[in-house]
Amino acid sequence: MEQTPVQASHVHAPPQGFLRKYVFSLDHKMIGKQYYGLALIAVFTGMALSWLMRFHLVWPDAKIPLLGSLAKTGAPGGVITPEYYLSLLTMHGTLMVFFVLTNAPFAGFGNYFLPIQIGAEDMAFPRFNMMSFWTTFLAFLVLIAAFFIPDGPPISGWTAYAPLSAIGKDAGPGLGWGQNLWAISIALFCVGQLLGSLNFIATTLDLRAKGMTLMRMPICTWAWFITSCIGLLAFAVLLPACLLLILDKTAGTSFFIPSGLVVSDRLQPHAGGSPLLWQHLFWFFGHPEVYIAILPAMGIVSHVLVTSMRKPLLSAKVIIYSMISIGFLSYMVWGHHMFVSGMNPFSSLLFSFPTLTITIPATIMTLIWLGSLYGANIRITAASLFALGFVSMFVSGGVSGFFLAQPSIDIYLHATYFVVGHFHMVMGVAAIFGILSGTYFWFPKMTGRMMNETLGKLHFWITFIGTYCIFMPFHYLGMVGNVRRLASFVNDFMPPLMPVHKFVTIAALITGAGQFIFLYNLIHSRFRGAPATENPWEGTSLEWTIPSPPPWNNFGDRPVVVYHDAHQIGVKGSKGDFVMQDSPEQLPAT
Amino acid sequence: MGKLFGIVLTIIALASAYPIVMHHYVQPVDISRHGHLIDEQLSDTMVEAGLAFLGAQILLGFFVFKFSNRKAGAKIRNLPGGAKLVVVAAFIFVGTEIMALGVLGQKAWADVYFTSPKPDALQVQAQAGQFAFYFRYSGPDGKFGPLHPDKIDEGNANYFGLDPANDVEARDDIVSGEMAIPVNREVQLLMHAKDVNHSFYVRELRLQQDFVPGLDLALHFTATKTGKFEILCTQLCGLGHYNMKAYLNVLSQDDFDKWMKEKASQQ
Repeated sequence: MEQTPVQASHVHAPPQGFLRKYVFSLDHKMIGKQYYGLALIAVFTGMALSWLMRFHLVWPDAKIPLLGSLAKTGAPGGVITPEYYLSLLTMHGTLMVFFVLTNAPFAGFGNYFLPIQIGAEDMAFPRFNMMSFWTTFLAFLVLIAAFFIPDGPPISGWTAYAPLSAIGKDAGPGLGWGQNLWAISIALFCVGQLLGSLNFIATTLDLRAKGMTLMRMPICTWAWFITSCIGLLAFAVLLPACLLLILDKTAGTSFFIPSGLVVSDRLQPHAGGSPLLWQHLFWFFGHPEVYIAILPAMGIVSHVLVTSMRKPLLSAKVIIYSMISIGFLSYMVWGHHMFVSGMNPFSSLLFSFPTLTITIPATIMTLIWLGSLYGANIRITAASLFALGFVSMFVSGGVSGFFLAQPSIDIYLHATYFVVGHFHMVMGVAAIFGILSGTYFWFPKMTGRMMNETLGKLHFWITFIGTYCIFMPFHYLGMVGNVRRLASFVNDFMPPLMPVHKFVTIAALITGAGQFIFLYNLIHSRFRGAPATENPWEGTSLEWTIPSPPPWNNFGDRPVVVYHDAHQIGVKGSKGDFVMQDSPEQLPAT
Repeated sequence: MGKLFGIVLTIIALASAYPIVMHHYVQPVDISRHGHLIDEQLSDTMVEAGLAFLGAQILLGFFVFKFSNRKAGAKIRNLPGGAKLVVVAAFIFVGTEIMALGVLGQKAWADVYFTSPKPDALQVQAQAGQFAFYFRYSGPDGKFGPLHPDKIDEGNANYFGLDPANDVEARDDIVSGEMAIPVNREVQLLMHAKDVNHSFYVRELRLQQDFVPGLDLALHFTATKTGKFEILCTQLCGLGHYNMKAYLNVLSQDDFDKWMKEKASQQ
């Protein structure tokens, strides 16, 4: 492949003053940390909401201390109302999918490490980058504002199916201004992601250091690059969808609302729209979004595994090609969310086969990770444990996809806890494991200090066992036909299943509490952690060739020249069993 | 700690599989003519997915058990066959597996969606609205009266918006909050949404289909066992969603006729 000899020039001056340095920073590293910080706030908020939901499901009449005064209408006296349950559910999903699973692994780590890993001084468009974060931050504020308006947060779920989401306050609480704020927030979020994706693509294509061919980039750089290509297309569809929803809500249009609907005894003044149009637009974004969450995690995990195994993967190329094919296929499968939605049943067949086909690249990747472990010398650290945990979660969440990809089985399992178990494992927990693995791995580089390994390992065990205890039983509940998104279980067949729900709730409370060990470790190590060296894990990619933390311009005016691919580990080098990517030394013949 | 990981992961994998193997959590009794196709497809998939799950988890656990924190300078080896073996294996095994599942699975799907209802199928119209189902039978004339959304008046039990004063067909229509059907006779369900998306889910019928506003869908099935079964709404429809349910009452033909007569006298 052609080399790209473009060298990043000074894209901006060294930051001066508090505002430029920490707030309106143009530095990709600070922006990466800002994204990560926002994700951290969002993930603990989202987790608290899930606690409330789980608590309410098994102890519906119990008074939750403090909640009564925080949410006077939603939880009078601390008891959650059915509509407030749905608000919590909507906000949990929205926060987690957008502000955690998209922000942390892609925008957070990607911003911080993509430029460094390709030997660039910054992103191609630092101002776009700053705008991208602040737009996302504004989106976050707008979303959270829904908690504080009289209407309350929307109750239509993170998928905001029209016409429930489009009709307005006639359809229920939170569907007036609450839903408007949701749609505005997501539209803003899309703008932020579009700016970010463009930036990632331009940076990867144009700012690589001398010698950094595309195939020499680390796997995680590839993952971010592919993710940004997916994001550019996906968010470009969700953005107009949200705008149309806002128009339906506020301007009297009828994109998603047909005629003749009677809601709250009122014949709605709309005609000509299609509810399925919203579902198509939403899932055309929504399915690729799954890969926007998981691909960066796959990249991070591959990166961590190579460094921890002390040998390269069986084939980095195969991993990269698999990720590209997953990205490509992700656009052909959105209809598998809609098998029973009322769309033409013939199209279900068309959507089923590409969905099943995704299993092939996913299996190849899993087998490459597994096969690479054979004969390795794995250094067990908190980072590598989470990476291995990712592989396990990815398998567990992946095999349940077999079921849901088949329209005939989906007739029975659709909208049950089986689906909840599936996507939480494969998209939620697996991606979170990728984020945590990346955090333990890169924290020393980002802060110049080491995290506490003992606490990290303790955190891993609680999280690993805990998440299995939470999400595996969901599959069993789904097999029995336990429907999701119910504020209380009033169905005749539910009482025998309640012990399972109790078990899940207790597991969720414990696992959630375990995350505070991580938070403590993160904050404590930031200020009191042992100082980190330049290359504590003996990695080979470019981020390990610069000081920890890196100077504002990354490589300090040093011209970066790359001689090898990113994963020269398990070879005899001058420093040990590895050769740095920018080391001119000859590789021993293999 | 690699050894611990291997052991814990193996225990988790076996413990996860245990309730499935022991059939602790299974679908309820199947009362439909097509349901066994779905159940068979589900259990075939369970076997294949279960083996893949156990195989991958235990292999992962074993490799981490065996190959972690070894002595410095321990010989690093590569999997015999390398990436090529992995890719070929994935294509052959997974490719065949998904093709087989994908093709076989169409049988059940086709049975529900690609066949037409029999001409003598009993037509029942189901209307879903926040937060109740209502069912309508065409009465002796075999014709449903047209719907007038502006005439919907729940206070006066006009749930569908019928206009018997002007529409002759509507006069003998029978409306009920419970869905009664005769056993072993095909039923064609005509689905109509009053306000937002809802869904029709009867676990025992192995049937789930969304109600879509503005799009009247039809579905047909045959119930093979008598009894009362819950109809659940599975599409998030608003604050009362959790409580939106009705009963499907599968009766013998005689009981069904009696039920119909009784309902007709109440209209």
